[in-house]
Amino acid sequence: MSGLGPHAAYILASYALAAIIVGGLVIHAVLDYRTQRAALQRLEASGTRRRSAGPVTGPQA
Amino acid sequence: MIRFANPTRFLGLASWLIPVLAGLAATTLAVGLWMVFAVAPADYQQGETVRIMYIHVPAAWLAMGCYTLMALSAIGTLVWRHPLADVSQKAAAPLGAAFTALCLVTGSLWGKPMWGTWWVWDARLTSVLVLFLMYCGVMALWNAIEDPARAGRAVSIITLVGFINIPIVKFSVDWWNTLHQPASVIRLSGPTIDPSMLWPLLVMAVGATLLFIALHLMGMRNEILRRRVRTLGLLAAQREDTAAGLAEAGPTR
Repeated sequence: MSGLGPHAAYILASYALAAIIVGGLVIHAVLDYRTQRAALQRLEASGTRRRSAGPVTGPQA
Repeated sequence: MIRFANPTRFLGLASWLIPVLAGLAATTLAVGLWMVFAVAPADYQQGETVRIMYIHVPAAWLAMGCYTLMALSAIGTLVWRHPLADVSQKAAAPLGAAFTALCLVTGSLWGKPMWGTWWVWDARLTSVLVLFLMYCGVMALWNAIEDPARAGRAVSIITLVGFINIPIVKFSVDWWNTLHQPASVIRLSGPTIDPSMLWPLLVMAVGATLLFIALHLMGMRNEILRRRVRTLGLLAAQREDTAAGLAEAGPTR
């Protein structure tokens, strides 16, 4: 703290905020990916397929 | 490039590019932070407070760069109607808003001890605040229109109109008399900042840019999956409707 002089609180607050924002962006991206992937797998497991995904296999075949 | 501008090929490319970029970003930022706190000297006027610059300036560059990327994507949406162009726009908006917010708040945290105030309504600060509000408006518009293709076209027009603010942000310190200092790195006559501070700043800027690219690719991947989920959800609902209709029609025949 003392090494950063009298304005250490401002400096540390800036870096803490940067860490929170970057951490938030990373965590949101990872959680969103897991959510979307799980939803996609659930729908595909129920037999719903996109036309561009090729011929239907499994329960629908 | 064109070969990978297909959502399925893009997902394959992103799956190995994201960890590589994330690793490079983490390493570069770690080296940058070491340079900021162990190598770079204190400024003769600002003292230790100059260390805020090493996150404020990359955040400001990314805030403007991200909007430029959105404007280029908007052209891709409106001119070529490319499926990845509006995906790129939608994934970039929250990142741009986050880096603009970081730029504004770290600027305030620097301004209070250096200028004696958290905020002044000068041209640079106000134009960056306008940039932040534009990012918020773009995100609101994406959420207001349900059909992604229609939303993409509407957002593209707004994004291109709003691009006028980017040169205003950049040249505001030259065009008007502002409290904010003029450009000291990106100048025609070269940087005016001492190399002992310039190098840590450039390393932090490269690290932040790599991080931005990795996050943008992650956001694009998520948006492609979200659109597939939406399409499959609609197909599943349609199939259920058809099945229900047949079940209802059955006994009456």
